[in-house]
Amino acid sequence: MIDFLGMPPGLWMPLAASLLLGIGCGLIGSFVVVRRMALAGDAVSHAVLPGVVAGFVLSPSRNPLVVLGLALAAGLLGMLLVRAITTTTRLKEDAALGIVLAVFFAVGISTISVYQPSGVTAFLYGQAAAVSWSDLLLMTGVTALVAAAAVVFARPLVVMSFDAGFASSLGYPVRLFERMFALMLTAVVVVAMQAVGVILVSAMLITPAAAAYLLTDRFNRMMLVAAIFGAAAGVAGTLISFAGAGLPTGPIIALVASGVFAAVFFAAPRHGVIAKWLRLRRRSARVARENYLKAVYQVLEARSFHGDGVSVREIAERRRETLEDATRGVQALVRTGEAFRTGEVGDIFLTPDGWRRAAEIVRNHRLWELYLTHQADYDADHVHDDAERIEHLLGEETVRQLERALAFPETDPHGSPIPAPERQSLGKGELR
Amino acid sequence: MAAEIALETHDLTVTYHKRPVLYGVDIALPAGELIGVVGPNGAGKSTLIKAVMGVVPLTGGWIKVFGQPLAKALPRIGYVPQRESVDWDFPVTVMDVALMGTFGGLGLVHRPGTAERERAAAALEKVGMLPYANRQIGNLSGGQQQRVFLARALAQDSDLYLMDEPFAGVDAATEATIIALLKEMRQRGKTVLVVHHDLHTARAYFDRLVLLNMRVVACGPTAEVFTPELLQKTYGGRLTILSEMAAAAAQAEP
Repeated sequence: MIDFLGMPPGLWMPLAASLLLGIGCGLIGSFVVVRRMALAGDAVSHAVLPGVVAGFVLSPSRNPLVVLGLALAAGLLGMLLVRAITTTTRLKEDAALGIVLAVFFAVGISTISVYQPSGVTAFLYGQAAAVSWSDLLLMTGVTALVAAAAVVFARPLVVMSFDAGFASSLGYPVRLFERMFALMLTAVVVVAMQAVGVILVSAMLITPAAAAYLLTDRFNRMMLVAAIFGAAAGVAGTLISFAGAGLPTGPIIALVASGVFAAVFFAAPRHGVIAKWLRLRRRSARVARENYLKAVYQVLEARSFHGDGVSVREIAERRRETLEDATRGVQALVRTGEAFRTGEVGDIFLTPDGWRRAAEIVRNHRLWELYLTHQADYDADHVHDDAERIEHLLGEETVRQLERALAFPETDPHGSPIPAPERQSLGKGELR
Repeated sequence: MAAEIALETHDLTVTYHKRPVLYGVDIALPAGELIGVVGPNGAGKSTLIKAVMGVVPLTGGWIKVFGQPLAKALPRIGYVPQRESVDWDFPVTVMDVALMGTFGGLGLVHRPGTAERERAAAALEKVGMLPYANRQIGNLSGGQQQRVFLARALAQDSDLYLMDEPFAGVDAATEATIIALLKEMRQRGKTVLVVHHDLHTARAYFDRLVLLNMRVVACGPTAEVFTPELLQKTYGGRLTILSEMAAAAAQAEP
C-alpha cells in the first residue's frame, strides 16, 4: 500500500476511516437527534452484531462485502421487528427497541462464544488499525452514498422530520422516505462500527449532532457542524489512541466527541450553561438596579418632587436596609450612568436615562396592580408582591395594551398617581 | 346551478386499533364556503381531516376532492395540522416553515428560489409574522405559532384548506386575525374546512356546519343545523352501543 501525505498506510487508512465515519454519523445523527430517535440509533447499533458474527463465520477470509452486507441485513431486520411489535401490540416504541436491542445483542455475543471467530472483538470495541484497503473502499462508497442522499434529499427529509402529516400533504412519499432513512441509518452504523465498535456507535451518532444542536437554530448548519465535529472527533481520537500505547480507538473517539459536547454545553453562545448563567446574572443585576431607581422615585414623590437630590440615608430608610447596602446599590446606578453623586458622600441625582427608567418601573408596578384588581379580580392588598416581579418584565407593547385595556388610568388601586415617563422629565413631576 | 362539490366522502370508516372513530360518514361540501366541523371530544373531528389527507388509512368508503381521488387532488389541498403535533424546538426558522408551503410544486430535489421566497414572505406578511421571519419557531407565543402554520398553508395557495383546531389556545387578537383571514380566503373562492371546539363562536364563524359524533349527525347551512335538538343529539353522549358492537366485530376478525 502507498503512503499518503507522507503517512504510512498503517496510519492514514485508520485516519481516513474515522474521518468518514465522523462525517456520516454527523449527517445522519442530526436527523436522529431532532427526530428524538436516539434510542433507535442505539438499538440498530446493537442489532447489527449477529450479522457481523455471521459474516465472520461464513467468510473466514473476512470479505467486507459479506460482513457489512450481513450486518446491514441484521440491522434492518431489527428495525422491522420493532415496527412489528409496535403495530401489533399496544407497546410503544421505547419498549420495543429495548426488547430488540437486547435479543440481537445477546444472540451476537452467544454466537461469538460458540464459534470464536478471530478478529470479531475489533467490531465490538472498535479497532481502526484493523481497517483493510477493501474495508476502506467500501466505507468510502457507503459514506459517499449516504452523504449524497442526506444532502440531496435534505429538504423533504427535514419537512418529514418536522411534520410528517404535512409532508404527506405535499405529496412526498413519506413511507418510502422512512424506509430510505432506516437504510441510511443502518448503513452509517455498519460503516462506523469497525472503527468505534458496535457498543459505542450510538455515541458517534448522537453526541456530535447533539453538540451541533446546541450551537445553531438552522438545520442545514446543524448537519454541517455535526459532520465537522464527528470528523474532528474521529481523527483526533484515532491520533490519540495511536500515540498512547494500548489506548483503544473506539472509546477514545467517543470520549473526544463527548469532550466536544461538554465544551459546547458550557460555552455555547446562546444555549450554553455559561451564557445562560451570565444572562441570569445580568438580569438580576438589572432588577436590583431598577429597584433602587424606584426607591429614588418614591423618595422624591413622597416630598412632592421638591428638589432633585436624594441622600443615601433616605434610600436606606425607604428600602428598610443598612446604609452599606444602600451605598452599594447606589454605586451600581452610578456605574451604569443612571445616576451621579456629588462627591463621595453627597446626594444622588438621576440622569435623564435613570429618571425615565425609574418612572417606567413605577408606572409598570402601578399599572399591573390596577390590571390585577380590575381585570383579574384580585383584592387590592394581594397585588403588590406580584407587581414587584412583573414590573421588571413588562415591555412597552404590553404596557400599551394594559393602558388601552384600563382606559388610560391615572391612579393605581391605592390612589397613587401612575407616572407617564415619556412626558415626565427630571424634576418636573408636576407636569404629570 | 349547483355549486361545485369541494369535498365528498361516502361511507367513510376509520378505525384506530380496531376501534371505530368514524363510521359510515357521508358528507358533500360545496366549494367556496367556510365550513366548521363541531362535535364532542373523541368525535373523530381531527380523524376526518387526517383521513381526507391520507394520513390515516381508511377502513372503508371513499373520498373525492373536487371530484377526483386524493392522489390527483393533493396539490389543490392545503393542510394545517394541530399546533401540538410538531416539535417547536425543531431547528427551523419562521421563514423556513412558511417556505415549506411552496415545496409542493418543487418535487423532491429542486431548491426554492426567489419566487418561492417571495410567496412565503407574502404569506407571512398577511398573518403579521414577517418581522419574525428569522426567529427560531420555539421563541414564539402560541398564537404566533398558529399564525406561522397558517402562513405555510397560505403559501401553498390551495383551493381546499383543511385546518385542525386553528383557534385552539390562541389569544383573542390572533383569533380575530385568523377569522378575518379565513373570510378573505372565502372571498377569493377558497373552501375552508375548520375543526372547531367552541360552539359559542361556531354559529358566527361558519356558513355551514358538520355536526360530528362518530357519525354525521347533521351537515348543512349553519342556520338550518344549529338547532338545540341537533346539538343535543351531537353532544348528548356517544353512540355507545354502536361503538361497542363495531369494536367487538372488528376484534372478532383476524
